[in-house]
Amino acid sequence: MDSFVILCFAVVNSVALLALISLGLAVIFGMMRVINFAHGEFIMLGGYATVIANHCGVNLWLSMLVVAPMFVALIGAVAERLIVRRLYGHLVTTMLATWGLSLFLIGAVTAIFGNTTMGVSAPLGNIPIGAYSIGAYQLFLIGITALLVVSSLLALHWTKYGLIARAAMQNSEMAATLGINCDRVYAVTFIVGAAISGLAGALLAPISGVLPHMGAAYVARAFVTVISGGGALITGFLSAATILGPVEALLSYFATPVVGQASLLLLAVIILRLLPTGVSSLWTGGR
Amino acid sequence: MSGPPILATRGLVKRFGGVAAVDGVDLVVNAGEIRCLIGPNGAGKSTLFKCLTHQHQPTSGHVLFEGRDLQGLATHRIARLGIAIKNQIPSIYANLDVRENIRLAGLRRGLEKRQLDRVVELTLDEIGFNERLASQPAATLSHAHRQWCELGMLLASSPRIALLDEPTAGMTREEMLKTVDIIKRLNASATVIVVEHDLEFIARLAQRVTVLHRGKVLVEDTMDKIEANEIVRDIYLGRKKEATHAER
Repeated sequence: MDSFVILCFAVVNSVALLALISLGLAVIFGMMRVINFAHGEFIMLGGYATVIANHCGVNLWLSMLVVAPMFVALIGAVAERLIVRRLYGHLVTTMLATWGLSLFLIGAVTAIFGNTTMGVSAPLGNIPIGAYSIGAYQLFLIGITALLVVSSLLALHWTKYGLIARAAMQNSEMAATLGINCDRVYAVTFIVGAAISGLAGALLAPISGVLPHMGAAYVARAFVTVISGGGALITGFLSAATILGPVEALLSYFATPVVGQASLLLLAVIILRLLPTGVSSLWTGGR
Repeated sequence: MSGPPILATRGLVKRFGGVAAVDGVDLVVNAGEIRCLIGPNGAGKSTLFKCLTHQHQPTSGHVLFEGRDLQGLATHRIARLGIAIKNQIPSIYANLDVRENIRLAGLRRGLEKRQLDRVVELTLDEIGFNERLASQPAATLSHAHRQWCELGMLLASSPRIALLDEPTAGMTREEMLKTVDIIKRLNASATVIVVEHDLEFIARLAQRVTVLHRGKVLVEDTMDKIEANEIVRDIYLGRKKEATHAER
């Protein structure tokens, strides 16, 4: 019974982790069709911002929830202005440019902080479940991920800015004739996506520590989740996370984490073979 | 006459490679008018419209809105000044529902949420959409309803000038008559410039008609005089009229 609870927890945790690392990418890729290869590094920078701020005496929660997203939003704003803005509509060029940005960020962080793991200790302690215990912080992670996803969904569908963003992403020329400044919508979208990625990195820092090339561990899984999800922005990647997460968690539990991650990739290949435009094409009619 | 006309173009030219789609157009439209633009295919009507909103950058020449030169303004700035366009190809957001489409267009006015809600409901009423139609994704609308949804978007944005490119294309006569009513409502607060081929539609709406031919203004007059004009008959109306009779 106890081990069953722990297993369920691991499954939910795995879904939440996939959702958390993918949300920022889903916003940027899903809305702007920009493949941001520096996504993993935005996560990494969020982690570093948290650890550094905390070492400088800033409260851990403040470092995670405020400092990190704001810092990465700033990096995102600069990257958008200097690189991404010039390349809208050039998919492959953007991929190369953001890959370059990714290498630059890894190099810069390595030069400043060295190629070693830094960390902060996870707050909140443990909750015992029979013979086992789970980290209360991981429960907090699941909760805040749910909160992030739900508020993104609400913002997109019930606010003025959500409506404008959805219009600009569907057809920018038309949006312009309605008085919408699409350049600004894109810039804001990219910055919001960067901030969410930074927050994801911040929240992961206490459980995984930070390393200059830690982004690589997340970027592939994030892309697989977003692309398997397909066209429907939030519901798409969320359903993909819900399908992929349990498979990864269960196989990691019964076999090894390597098998878990490999099966996640394999399952994504099968999904995309059967539904080339992603899981969400089941209810959006494949647009 | 007091003040400058609401819209004027001076020597407007748009070239695509070596072809001048718009070739030195001087047009003056006064506030409150419903002006029809007619001309055979390729006369430059749609291109002229897109130059007015800077969806196409004019090659040379000027567009003046209430005497103000629009040169260098981005499309969204022009839209914010109150120049709204319904392009020839249906331009509605297929994935948004009708209400969201209309709401989006209404945002230009910078109203408070509750006022905007009222405008949206009023507009739905004006284009005769019931609740079922209003909450449908725009992609599922019939052809005529799409056109009306777009006119609704124009109504909701409360423009100073509405540019309509073939608003009745593909409509039955009854649908065309309903469109005439909607455009009259639009004209209550906006100057309307409309590209059309349907002669009955033009006769019901337009005070003055401008005939474009090969990127230039051929003649501008009332519909009676235009119909009597020999050159216009030759290049356009004669052919068109015979075709319409043959269809009946």
